[in-house]
Amino acid sequence: MTVETPPLPMDPVLERRALVQASARQSLARRTFISRLMLGVCMFALVLASSILVWIMYLLVSKGLHWWSVDFFTQVPTTPTVLHPNAVGGISNAIVGSIVIDAFAIAMSVPIGVLGGLLLAEADNLFLRIVRTTSEVMTGLPSIIFGLFVYEILIIKYKIGFSGIAGSVALCILMIPIIMKGSEIAFRAVPSSLREAGYSLGMSKGSVARHVVTPTATPGLLTAILLATSRAVGETAPLLFVIGTTNIVQWNAPKAQISLPQQIYTFFLDGYSPAQEQIVWGIALLLVVVVLFLNMGSRLLSAFLQRERH
Amino acid sequence: MADPTITVRAPSVVAAALDHDVDPRSGPIAMRLRDVTVSFNGRTAVRDVTFDVPDKRVTALIGPSGSGKTTLLRSLNRLHDFTRGAKVEGTILLGDTDLYSREIHPTLIRTRVGMVFQRPNPFPTMSVFDNVVSGLRFSGVRKKAVLNEAAESALIAAALWDRVKDRLKMHASSLSGGEQQRLCIARALAVEPEVLLMDEPTSALDPVSTKRIEELMSELKSRVSIVIVTHNMQQAARISDLCVFLLMGDDGAGEQIEVAPTAKLFTEPEDPRTLDYIQGRFG
Repeated sequence: MTVETPPLPMDPVLERRALVQASARQSLARRTFISRLMLGVCMFALVLASSILVWIMYLLVSKGLHWWSVDFFTQVPTTPTVLHPNAVGGISNAIVGSIVIDAFAIAMSVPIGVLGGLLLAEADNLFLRIVRTTSEVMTGLPSIIFGLFVYEILIIKYKIGFSGIAGSVALCILMIPIIMKGSEIAFRAVPSSLREAGYSLGMSKGSVARHVVTPTATPGLLTAILLATSRAVGETAPLLFVIGTTNIVQWNAPKAQISLPQQIYTFFLDGYSPAQEQIVWGIALLLVVVVLFLNMGSRLLSAFLQRERH
Repeated sequence: MADPTITVRAPSVVAAALDHDVDPRSGPIAMRLRDVTVSFNGRTAVRDVTFDVPDKRVTALIGPSGSGKTTLLRSLNRLHDFTRGAKVEGTILLGDTDLYSREIHPTLIRTRVGMVFQRPNPFPTMSVFDNVVSGLRFSGVRKKAVLNEAAESALIAAALWDRVKDRLKMHASSLSGGEQQRLCIARALAVEPEVLLMDEPTSALDPVSTKRIEELMSELKSRVSIVIVTHNMQQAARISDLCVFLLMGDDGAGEQIEVAPTAKLFTEPEDPRTLDYIQGRFG
């Protein structure tokens, strides 16, 4: 058998190396172009998304800020008279209403949500899985459902009357699933090696949860609570049918109250005067500032608590 | 000079190191590092490293945690470009190309300097074949014949061909950890880099998989220069030709203590700190 000796072939490795490097160089211009183009598209999407936010803020500030005065924060809405056809008064009634309603909602939902989240994170069985799924579904329910539910149960069935506390219950139902999910995530984020270190010192599951897991998860818990709160502060629908309305400063939770979002709704639909229809921008600005403050506060606080550890 | 009364604790380390005791620095050079300093937000992580990476050899970066081995390794294919606040000073030459020159695009550098990471990281949504040829495709190679040939060659070189040749379409995640790591080696090899960086490539693997990859490395030397970071001194002694010993200085920055052919570094180190380290007194 004779074998024809071909000319010594080039090392395939070197050949391929030359090919890949040449191809990479040649396609560099095209790849760089596509890369820049896509960066431009992403940039555009980002600018579009943020410009709408900027626009909203601009509108709120330009139409709302001039309403902010001492009267705005301290007076109640006034009825225009012949002498003062443009009298609007303030919204202290709604500020106080929101504070009372939200405070009770927080006070009720935080312990339930956080303790529920702890159990969901630390234990697992069929019942808990059902609870978790139910709670996740609840975060997606239209919030007006909670309003209807509280109306039907508390107002109609148990006849507690239109009141701030009924509104707190509706907001509490809205907040619990959010806090529960957020705190479950915060508890789960605690490394299991920390738990195991605790168990290996003879600690019970409960004391590990209390002395190891909870302190470690605190920044996440605060974030969850503040996010749920900022959501609740701006909600209108759950309160619509249950808190009634008032034109006086009412610190009494079992009495009829009014919240900031509902004040916007009321003024916008039937303000006493065109001026009162305009004051809604001032209230809207106040709401946005509060929500912004809560969001920023939660970030700063959790960043601060994280830093404390290092 | 070395103290003649030295007794190295693990004789097998010496035996392994003595297997290859030609000074690799006398041959051709793949990469030159001159006064390489890497800092993050003004804090120096590793300082003034100067050595040559010999061509077609295995160079091991050894040293305890915090000595800057991985940081240094990642500067060799400009991975620090993606870290905000990271700064690489000094000169790194690949052949006669300055790695950090403004005129050269970092993606071109990375087709020439590949990397294998500590944990196997095959692209989870791609098949075995697509994983292996991904680097070629990203570099604009489209020809089916070239892709097939490169995949086969790389998989053979990574000792994975027999295992996957009939199942190139299967997902990479169905491979075992050791096989995934060999897939990552094949993926890095397919673009035929000149230098292959390996960051503790076996630390997440069991001893059997580790042994296979170590065997692989000595075969890969015919095709690529390897720079490997390893915590395992036995491994450095077994597989490397040149050793670079780094140690954390007083200010927390890694410093180069000694560069020597592996056999020499493990038998008669010049610096007492190297001796302490290889004898296992710390680290």
